[in-house]
Amino acid sequence: MNIWEKLSKIDRRIIYLLLALVVIIPIVFKIPSTVAVSGPARMAFDAVDNLPPGTPIIFSTDFDPASMPELRPMMTAMLRHAFKKRLKVIMMGHWPTGIPLSTLILEEAAKEFEVEYGVDYVNIGYRPGAGAVMIQMGREIRNVFNVDIEGTPLDSLPMMKTIHNYSDIGLVACYEAGAMGDIWVQYAWGRFGVKIVMATTAVVTPECYPYLGAHQIEGLIGGMAGAAAYEKLVEHPDKAMIRMSSQAWAHILIIVFIIIGNIGYFMMRRMEKTKTKGA
Amino acid sequence: MGHILGVWIAAGLTLMIFSFLYKDNPFYKFAEHVYVGVSAAYACFYTWDYFLMPKLINPLSQHHWLVIIPGIFGLMMLTRWFPRIAWVSRWPISVSVGVGSGLAVVQGMQGLVIPQIKSTILPVMGSSVTFNNLITNLWSHPINNLIIIVGTIATIIYFYFSKEHKGIIGGTAKVGIIFIMVAFGASFGYTVMARISLLIGRISFLINDWLVPLFHSFTH
Repeated sequence: MNIWEKLSKIDRRIIYLLLALVVIIPIVFKIPSTVAVSGPARMAFDAVDNLPPGTPIIFSTDFDPASMPELRPMMTAMLRHAFKKRLKVIMMGHWPTGIPLSTLILEEAAKEFEVEYGVDYVNIGYRPGAGAVMIQMGREIRNVFNVDIEGTPLDSLPMMKTIHNYSDIGLVACYEAGAMGDIWVQYAWGRFGVKIVMATTAVVTPECYPYLGAHQIEGLIGGMAGAAAYEKLVEHPDKAMIRMSSQAWAHILIIVFIIIGNIGYFMMRRMEKTKTKGA
Repeated sequence: MGHILGVWIAAGLTLMIFSFLYKDNPFYKFAEHVYVGVSAAYACFYTWDYFLMPKLINPLSQHHWLVIIPGIFGLMMLTRWFPRIAWVSRWPISVSVGVGSGLAVVQGMQGLVIPQIKSTILPVMGSSVTFNNLITNLWSHPINNLIIIVGTIATIIYFYFSKEHKGIIGGTAKVGIIFIMVAFGASFGYTVMARISLLIGRISFLINDWLVPLFHSFTH
């Protein structure tokens, strides 16, 4: 058995072990990584940065615990940016499983910036209906969210007194692990012209580029690389920037495996051809 | 104490799931069943808490009788469990399909099809206006317009099956395949990044939230 045959029959568990090692070592030894800011992430940053202080911004939580490693750093970074700029944050969501997570992230960021609930930010939670909710919000937010997550009427929250529909909102930031971003674009942008930035898991990101190209969204933060770029832009390195080192090494390993696999395939095919000719 | 217990349970379940990478085993099966059970329980909770209570029971208790109509439609859906009267469930299904289609067709055209077609009607020569930012203007090279136009036409022709893929149609369809493969490659690359991110997230949790505090508790 030559080396190529041995490599083609390598136990998959060895590959898992190598992958685990390249992920663990940078985390344990905190190996730094350089992060390049992509154009779409810069556009998302600019869209938030250009909002005047006091402008309301909606954060839509459309993900579940499985997407936390990618979307949590993005949401934290953008919340820091929003609170630093004194924007009024409205947290909501179309995935019920996302609300407890975004509540946790929101409370952490709010504590860091010492902002006040009801004055600087509110959490209005989840309502079922997605598209129908978005259309109703275009008319009057209270049609669907008459109370916040704790059951407090929206009218009793000082910040919400002047906020009624999308015309009072500066930007919607969607955190997407599925197709809810498409619905935001089709319903809120399509019908009401709402300005949207998307922050998506890497799986969803390629599907969002056409929206960016057609000016339907203002910016796009894609995957952990996008999260790290946003952390760099807000000058607050955190989880995503630390984890990008593991990400980079894992990618290098996978590329090496793909190259070895392809060379092995062609070498074995060549050897089989030589054998056939010899016979 | 509650937090520590939660971390230990999460770490244990993570390791049980990871054990499948070695081979299938009872620990993995246990974690899998726990996951299914917890998900089902959570689904029951939020169906009650977000749908039935606020949309049906609370309005009824406030004498808003109109909600009886969707309530009855909801009950009609349950007839699917009884084969003899299962046909009744077609009524609420037809209502939801009708409403859903009505919304989706209008918004699909207004928010997706027309803007996307507009964004592919571009001048072959001259500057592209794809992005409106100093950095992303680097992407606005005129060649981008040509790539978008050729890619769109070639890909559409690849999916045109009313004529045999020979001659010009066949050649253009082959170009379409190249564009489709590039798109698949980009999707695959992003998917790899997503899956590695999940692995990093779990390993980061095991190290930073479980092992490091555990090590500190032994050394202090």
